[in-house]
Amino acid sequence: MAEKSLMKGNEALAEAAIRAGCKCFFGYPITPQTEISAYLSKRMPKVGGVFLQAESEVAAINMVYGCAGSGIRCMTSSSSPGISLKTEGISYIAGSDLPCVIIDVQRGGPGLGGIQPSQADYWQITHALGHGDFHAIVFAPASVQEMVDTVTKAFDLADEYRMPAVILADGLLGQMMEPVAFEDTEIKMSDASKKPWAACGHGNKRKHNIINSLYLKPDELEDNVRARFKRYEDVKAKHTEAVSDYCEDADTVVVAYGSTARLAKSAVEAARKEGLKVGIVRPITLWPYPAKEIAEACKNAKNVLCVEMSMGQMVDDVKLAINCSKPVEFYGRTGGVIPKPAEILEKLREMGGKN
Amino acid sequence: MTNEILLAGFGGQGILFMGKMLAYFGLYEDKEVSWLPSYGPEMRGGTCNCSVCISDDPIGSPLVDTPNTLIVMNTPSYDKFINSVVPGGTVIIDSTLVDAKCDRTDINVYYVPATALANEHDMKGMANIILVGKLLKETKFTTMETVKKAMAKVIPPKKAHLIDANIKAIELGMTQ
Repeated sequence: MAEKSLMKGNEALAEAAIRAGCKCFFGYPITPQTEISAYLSKRMPKVGGVFLQAESEVAAINMVYGCAGSGIRCMTSSSSPGISLKTEGISYIAGSDLPCVIIDVQRGGPGLGGIQPSQADYWQITHALGHGDFHAIVFAPASVQEMVDTVTKAFDLADEYRMPAVILADGLLGQMMEPVAFEDTEIKMSDASKKPWAACGHGNKRKHNIINSLYLKPDELEDNVRARFKRYEDVKAKHTEAVSDYCEDADTVVVAYGSTARLAKSAVEAARKEGLKVGIVRPITLWPYPAKEIAEACKNAKNVLCVEMSMGQMVDDVKLAINCSKPVEFYGRTGGVIPKPAEILEKLREMGGKN
Repeated sequence: MTNEILLAGFGGQGILFMGKMLAYFGLYEDKEVSWLPSYGPEMRGGTCNCSVCISDDPIGSPLVDTPNTLIVMNTPSYDKFINSVVPGGTVIIDSTLVDAKCDRTDINVYYVPATALANEHDMKGMANIILVGKLLKETKFTTMETVKKAMAKVIPPKKAHLIDANIKAIELGMTQ
């Protein structure tokens, strides 16, 4: 086991990206994720990589588009309003079947909103990360160590399936320090020359590759989209992740992801001490969504509680996961307010009392 | 059992650094730890605070609302947080910078003229560390052995020459 150090979530994400073989970072500063840029601006040149602060978020994501096309592992990061600006470019990247990693350290919205932690980008990140038929793989880590472990996975899956992968964090995870250890991991597929689709120069030794998302013939575009969705089925089958605790005999199951899941878990453990039969299931991937895992965790429950730092953007996905077979209630705070475990516990007492 | 610590003062007093030091002490005792700064539209000289949790179990919320340990280094922070301390909790106050006297009888309050002490002992800028020393004396949350081990990790290599000075500041705080 490597030695543990205390690191801010943002800095840990940045270091993990370098260790995962990320060679180019293009970004634009925005609170609460700026430490990612700051860290990489110092570290990238030392490992022979490129750090570039672009003139805008739109420019940064298009630089990622270009860089990804050459087969080099690359990344951008931002926070909510900045992600909105990047969505056009993300759609182009998805439409061109290119791998990249995008980090969203969420803050309150809409508009410029605030700078405190939030999960109000759920709909944007999981359902509408740009125009057109496409998905990105979305990870929702819940601790600084898990963020580190997720970065390598995100780069590997992005390369394997040639699609964008998003790490959905929030201001709490980005700003907090926790102990982290960096294990030496094998870097897969980071070599651009081994990516047969990459436009990386070949000295006229093969037919040239074209990176493109424009298909003017409807049949051709439909085939292209269908082929992509076939790949998505494989991602769904192999890479859906969730973790559950105390669900077997639970009357009430909490569904929560990211930093909210750790707050909710404290509440669940406190409720167990009071004799309330409650459990928790935490989606680790938000796309693919762990519907089966949630249904399994809720199978013996009488009701379900979704907890988020938003107005309840995930509630419908939970209802679909359990086929609306039992009531799904919601507790959340928004705008940058972090729900306290005591508030969630109160809600659990209320729901437990109904049975 | 989670030791929920809140540290508060002005920017520039080393509030965040003090938090990092406490978190490392926890880490070196194989505890679960978290450190969370207040972040907002902060400015130099503005108020600043930091939540540190040290626990035997994984930490749920890293945000400390009801501390069992509070260290304050200015009056606005004293006013804001003194009533949030849980009964039985410990409060360490830099009495050079905070005039107030606490009338709560359900908490243990210690007054240390840390800033004045730091100036007297040629430890300018180490009032925060003196307060950590006092906390160590009163709550024995870690051992001097851990402090010495952790210090090399807390203080960045470029400032390694300050390790001894920091340990001396802790020892000075422990005499208060």
